Amino acid sequence: MHSVSVQNLSLKFGAAEVLKNLNLDVEEGEFIVLLGPSGCGKSTLLNCLAGLLELSEGQIHIKGKNVTWAEPSERGIGMVFQSYALYPQMTVRGNLSFGLKIAKLPKEEIEKRVQRASEILQIGPLLDRKPGALSGGQRQRVAIGRALVRDVDVFLFDEPLSNLDAKLRSELRVELKRLHNRLKNTMIYVTHDQIEALTLADRIAIMRGGIIQQLDAPQTIYNRPSNLFVAGFIGSPAMNFIKGTTVGGGKAFKFGDVTLNLVGYEGGAIMDRPKAIIGLRPEHLAIVDEAVPGLTIPAVVEIDEPMGADSLVWLEAEGKQISVRVPVEHRPVAGTKVHLKVDIAKSSLFDETSELRI
Amino acid sequence: MTNAASFATTPSGAKPKPFITWERFVVYAVLIVCALFFLLPLYIMIMTSFKSMAEVQSGNIFVPTLHPTFDAWSKAWDSACTGLYCEGIKVGFWNSVKITVPSTIVSIAVASVTGYSLANWPFKFSEVFFTILLLGSFIPYVVMIYPLVIITRELGIFSTLWAVILVHTIFGLPIQTLLFRNYFASLPQELFKAARVDGAGYWGIFFRIFVPMSVPIFTVSVILQVTGIWNDFLFGVIYAGPTNYPMTVQLNNIVNSSMGGKAYNVDMAATILTGIVPLTIYFVSGKYFVRGIAAGAVKG
Ligand SMILES: Nc1ncnc2c1ncn2[C@@H]1O[C@H](COP(=O)(O)OP(=O)(O)OP(=O)(O)O)[C@@H](O)[C@H]1O
Ligand SMILES: [Mg+2]
Repeated sequence: MHSVSVQNLSLKFGAAEVLKNLNLDVEEGEFIVLLGPSGCGKSTLLNCLAGLLELSEGQIHIKGKNVTWAEPSERGIGMVFQSYALYPQMTVRGNLSFGLKIAKLPKEEIEKRVQRASEILQIGPLLDRKPGALSGGQRQRVAIGRALVRDVDVFLFDEPLSNLDAKLRSELRVELKRLHNRLKNTMIYVTHDQIEALTLADRIAIMRGGIIQQLDAPQTIYNRPSNLFVAGFIGSPAMNFIKGTTVGGGKAFKFGDVTLNLVGYEGGAIMDRPKAIIGLRPEHLAIVDEAVPGLTIPAVVEIDEPMGADSLVWLEAEGKQISVRVPVEHRPVAGTKVHLKVDIAKSSLFDETSELRI
Repeated sequence: MTNAASFATTPSGAKPKPFITWERFVVYAVLIVCALFFLLPLYIMIMTSFKSMAEVQSGNIFVPTLHPTFDAWSKAWDSACTGLYCEGIKVGFWNSVKITVPSTIVSIAVASVTGYSLANWPFKFSEVFFTILLLGSFIPYVVMIYPLVIITRELGIFSTLWAVILVHTIFGLPIQTLLFRNYFASLPQELFKAARVDGAGYWGIFFRIFVPMSVPIFTVSVILQVTGIWNDFLFGVIYAGPTNYPMTVQLNNIVNSSMGGKAYNVDMAATILTGIVPLTIYFVSGKYFVRGIAAGAVKG
């Protein structure tokens, strides 16, 4: 039994189809991150799961129960919002217990749950304050607490950390991970932030235009993106794309005067394709002095951007800009002629027409 | 930079000016003249209301009274004549209270719930409904006077308090609904969603989340409705019937019906009495209004 199961979900706002025939199965206790560009329908999907939007088509099951038409409070979900959405006129305690009072839980039970949540989130000393007297990080903790006290199976997070500053964000990120390890609830988490996605997720769903492009473990998404969009979206600095052709029955990739040996490529049947694209991550390229036939690309160093420990070096090869990530102490001087060593096992090939990974 | 030290000691920019400058003097002079212009009538009214008739007739209207007396006030309140009756303006005061209180409560209650529905529970045609409402608040109400006479007559309430109350309630609705809809629409949507996830329903969200957050808008509404209804003359004359005339109408009758010489002091006292209610509302609620805005400014 899946914890959350979405079947053929479609949603229209007027004429605009925001979610298109979407399917998603989430396992018990899984941490799923929905990642995608602005406006791709992440929040909309989350709101559908929460029952805050009516589907145009499709079904939603949570814990095996068909909740497609159930009220938000009957679905066994808790939700945390980007803007915290705390009730300003109530104290923290009031915020945490509001839903429980509506559900008419006995007083002792409410008190017990509030205590437990405030212990887990370390907000005990704040219980009698109003949200206005809390910092952003504290507010978000309370918002998480409000989902926690509901004692639900599934947590929905809509960019919960994006209103916080960078330091707080990374602190709360770790805390969320700890929370998940402790509670083992199913979590569905929307974010813009790749780091959050890569660090938190058991599986990442990359969305674009209301469609899930790829749903896989972070490492798979990173190493073996299923199409050009995913490849370009994940990874920062972004993957280098070079257009060319595959020749020799799929044994080599050719662009300009350069030929790269494709033996050792991990993927499907390459074949001879007149239009192909090779994707090389900046961190999977190395700058070497000596050319090795079939393994290196000759290039000229243009500029570099130091980023702390690493430096992003921009080179020109065959009229194309290629970026390479090197340790800061190894950055080459501008104008130098070098060679870029390609790790074929870690590269990705795409068919230019279908944009799919080969 | 060689003279960094001098930067540290001499502030840049123009020197602060002394408090009284030529420009400031002009501004204050104009403001004072304006204030006097508006305060002068009030001053004369208050002074006159404390004079006896003899003093009014003999003296200068600007000169303060030498023998202040409450006679005019008690006469205005208790025994001034409005054509037929000589019961003072108190009858009108109580009529106005009986008209204002229910129409304010009912119109705000209905408008706030309607505004809440429009903003947060969109139904089929809710946009159309809203547009019609919007247009409704721009139609000059004179157009509807006669139809409403017929309607209230058919309902059998013409020339009663119920008729004025009904008319005021109806006319308050479009603009009040608009006010509430826009206010509720400006509240964070996620708050509404959070409350739904918490299991609060239509009324639960309204009473437990939104109303406590809406003190400023309720204050504004009450100010608008109370002053609007209290100051109304036209509907009172038309729909209330002579025994139920509101204070404004009765004031008019007192001022215009004095037999013999005009009792200016009584007229002034009656006028102040009539105006005191909206004035008080402004003074009292103005404070709460500001406080309400300050309290509502916290975005949880
Ligand atoms: N109530 C609405 N009416 C009409 N269109 C809407 C509505 N809500 C969202 N949309 C549209 O649906 C699309 C998806 O919106 P959604 O909020 O799900 O995006 P998102 O992926 O969460 O983006 P972001 O990362 O910016 O939060 C957008 O194009 C948006 O304009
Ligand atoms: Mg969103």
